[in-house]
Amino acid sequence: MYSDKVMEHFANPRNVGELESPSAVGEVGNAKCGDIMKIFLKIEDDVITDVSFKTFGCGAAVATSSMATELVKGKTLKEALNITNKAVTEALDGLPSEKLHCSVLAEQAIRAAITDYYKQKAIDPLPIVGCDLKCDGCAG
Amino acid sequence: MERLIYLDNAATTRVSSVALDAMLPFLKDRYGNPSSVYSVGRDAKKAIEDARSKVANALGAEPEEIYFTGSGTESNNWALKSAAELLKGKGKHIITSAIEHPAVQNTLKYLESLGYEITTLAVSQNGQISLTDLERSVRSDTIIISIMTANNEIGTILPAAEIGKIAKANGVLFHTDAVQAAGSIPIDVGEINADMLTISGHKLGGIKGVGALYIKKGIKLPPLIHGGGQERGERSGTENVAGIAALAAALEYKVSRLPLTDIAKKRDRLITELLKIPKSALTGDPINRLPGIASFVFEAIEGESMLLMLDHFGICASSGSACSSGSLDPSHVLLAIGLPHEIAHGSLRLSLSDEITDDDIDYVVEKLTDVVSKLRKMSPVWHE
Ligand SMILES: Cc1ncc(COP(=O)(O)O)c(C=O)c1O
Repeated sequence: MYSDKVMEHFANPRNVGELESPSAVGEVGNAKCGDIMKIFLKIEDDVITDVSFKTFGCGAAVATSSMATELVKGKTLKEALNITNKAVTEALDGLPSEKLHCSVLAEQAIRAAITDYYKQKAIDPLPIVGCDLKCDGCAG
Repeated sequence: MERLIYLDNAATTRVSSVALDAMLPFLKDRYGNPSSVYSVGRDAKKAIEDARSKVANALGAEPEEIYFTGSGTESNNWALKSAAELLKGKGKHIITSAIEHPAVQNTLKYLESLGYEITTLAVSQNGQISLTDLERSVRSDTIIISIMTANNEIGTILPAAEIGKIAKANGVLFHTDAVQAAGSIPIDVGEINADMLTISGHKLGGIKGVGALYIKKGIKLPPLIHGGGQERGERSGTENVAGIAALAAALEYKVSRLPLTDIAKKRDRLITELLKIPKSALTGDPINRLPGIASFVFEAIEGESMLLMLDHFGICASSGSACSSGSLDPSHVLLAIGLPHEIAHGSLRLSLSDEITDDDIDYVVEKLTDVVSKLRKMSPVWHE
């Protein structure tokens, strides 16, 4: 049911753990729904120089977290915000339809982290990031 | 990686060698239709009647009380829908438990949509119903009590004999889904006062797609499947001769080996060792428990990722987490025993067969301990 790429990222997830002193942190999902993604970013001059994640969730949740961190590494914040759940899914050679919500979670986790960054800088994230990330409810 | 340790025998079992031997002739040489008059047909007919006697024997029933069906699911559907139909003049109230298999649960939901009233008994943390609750729930219009003999997810053995006694005293039919219990613990339909009892081939060494329903003599259950009148008009469709022979041989063999002391010992070792993992818990009844089922929850990790990592080590298991079931909620059984959603997502069931060795148990304990700790290192909700 999972592609080889998903299984490979699940078995060898990239960028797992917590960064030492992250510039920003984003967390989405909730344990009740069975998945939580937490993304840590190190940002210098609006460029993501390092990234890591911690995830509670199924195989797809771990693999999408891993892939999302790979995709944003080295990108500017603007580029990172353009990474959609579709891009994450495609990079993994697809996901079973009942797991697509996991890819949404990865996109949201990145947005949440960037929102956190702007908030720290006292910049209103809403016009830039586009949502206030109230992501309750289990549909993702 | 070469190693395969199959610990999902509650999902399905390997076809036992006695079952395979019993069924092969009916696929190769004796392939006749049991309704035909010539000898290959008569051979097949005789095989079905032999199988019927064996199954009856294993359950303490009479051969004419056993009917073969196309699955455990079908047996449950037949028992409940047809008994509801038969007794609708008397009443429309049915009592069940909160931890039934979907084959019972969804059949009752369907009956509810037809105007039947369903009372679902809550269960304790161990997965036990309260007999007092059951007694109090019986009304003058109660027609069926359907409560499983033992649960497939948490291994709890329910008090069938006591339930049967209450049913009998109140003149209510007692149906019990014994799909997981048959061949694992002794069952005697007389002792438990069962009026209808469901079993399934592929959970006990038979093949998939064959089941049986015990119907106590004197109960004229209308057929669910109409057609050519096989199974004495009660269940039409050309019989799955090979599958029926396999079910009977497999059940006879398993019953001959009861009690499953050795399997229970291995189960207990698994439980003792795995509960050494911090923030782990056993689910289901610690004492009244199927010999082959060890079931757990591990905090702060999710079931499907556990299964995928175990698969990497050649270990097959299952989980009641939402992601494993393809829905957004964890299994209704785990919620019914009072686990919060976030804990239920970390469930794992290991179900044993007699193929599992002590060495396998050691291997599984080692690998699972590693898997849990690896996933916890990755989990944002785990704090040492
Ligand atoms: C308790 C219980 N009842 C019914 C069934 C359904 O049996 P079958 O797979 O033969 O339809 C199962 C197996 O999934 C079960 O565990």
